[in-house]
Amino acid sequence: MPVEFRADLHIHTCLSPCSELSMTPLRIVERAASLGINIIAVCDHNTAEHVEVTSMIAKKKGIRVISGIEINSAEEVHVLGLFESVTDAFNMQAVVYENLQSGENAEEAFGMQVLVNESDEVLGFNKRLLIGATDISVNRIVELIHGFNGLAIASHIDREGFGIIGQLGFIPEGVEFDALEISYRTNRAKAHEMFGQYRHIPWITSSDAHRLEDIGRKTTEFIMEHSTFEELKLALKGIEGRKVIF
Amino acid sequence: MKLQEIIDSLSLKVETPSADLSREVKGAYVSDMLSDVMGNSKEGFLWITIQVHLNIVAVASLKELAGIILVNNRGPAEDTLKKAIEENIPVMTTPLPAFDLAGRLYSLGLRCR
Repeated sequence: MPVEFRADLHIHTCLSPCSELSMTPLRIVERAASLGINIIAVCDHNTAEHVEVTSMIAKKKGIRVISGIEINSAEEVHVLGLFESVTDAFNMQAVVYENLQSGENAEEAFGMQVLVNESDEVLGFNKRLLIGATDISVNRIVELIHGFNGLAIASHIDREGFGIIGQLGFIPEGVEFDALEISYRTNRAKAHEMFGQYRHIPWITSSDAHRLEDIGRKTTEFIMEHSTFEELKLALKGIEGRKVIF
Repeated sequence: MKLQEIIDSLSLKVETPSADLSREVKGAYVSDMLSDVMGNSKEGFLWITIQVHLNIVAVASLKELAGIILVNNRGPAEDTLKKAIEENIPVMTTPLPAFDLAGRLYSLGLRCR
C-alpha cells in the first residue's frame, strides 16, 4: 500500500560556495529530521563530494539521502541530476569536473567550499571553480544523467537567471526532463498560469536551501511504497499507484 | 542597410552561405538570455550573442530577426547550424567580443530602436 513521503530534493551543503558554512551534512540531516522530512537530495553546484557523508549520517536518523549534483550547463542552465548510488553520482561528477570551466575558486568573491566529515570537522577545501559553468550543452547533460541511470530535473524554471526558460526562452524540444522544479518563489496557482504548457512533465518543488532555516520551506509529497530512488522514479512516471503531489 | 554590406564591412564569417543575405537590417540587440531577446528584440534586428544552443534559431525565427552574430570565436553547435540553414536564418561569426562588435555596428549607424 503506497504511503506519503515528504521530500526536499534540492539542498546545498557548505561545499557550495554560495551556501552558509552552517550547512554541514550533520546539521542538514538534523534539521530535516526535526521537520519530518523523509527524503532529501544533496545537490551542490557541480560536485557530489558531500553525498556519501550525508547519506551515512542520515541512515542513523531514518532519512533517505539521494545523491545529486546541480550541474551548470554551457548555456548557464542549472540541471539537477539525481542518482541511485554514490558511484553513479561520482561518475557524473567525473564528467562534470573534466568539462568545468578552469580556474580556482576565489573565496573572497564566491565563498568557501568546505569539505567536512560526519562530526562537522573540516577535512579541506574544494579548489575548483564550482560556481562556474561546464562546456556541456543542456541537451547533453540530460543524456549523460540518463546514461548514469539518473533523473534529470530542470532547476527552478521560474527563475530568470540559471533557469532553462530564462536562459533559453523555452524548454527545447527533445530534451527529456524527468521533472521540472518550481522554486519556493512561485506558488502553485501562479506556476499553473505561467507554465501550464509544460504540465505533461511532472513538477516538483523544493527549498534550494543555502541556509539551515531554508530547508523544507518547500517540499514535494510522493505517494510510494518505500523511500527509495527506484520508487521516486516510478512516482514521477505515475506507475502502479505511485504519484507526485504538486 | 543590407546584411551583406555589414558582413563585408566587418569581415564577418558567414556560416550559412545559402541564407539570403540581401535582407535589410533595421537595428541590433545584444543579449545572451533568450527570454530577454524574445521580449526586447525587434523584427529586422541583428542579434549579437555567445549562446550557440539550437534554441537561438527558433528565437530568431519567431522574432523575424535579420540574423545572428556569434562573437568571441564561438561557432554554432552542429544542430543549430543545420536548423539555421533549414529556417533560412543567417548565422555569422567573428573573433570580436560583443562589446567591440556592438561598437562597430553602432558606428555603421545601427541602433537598438
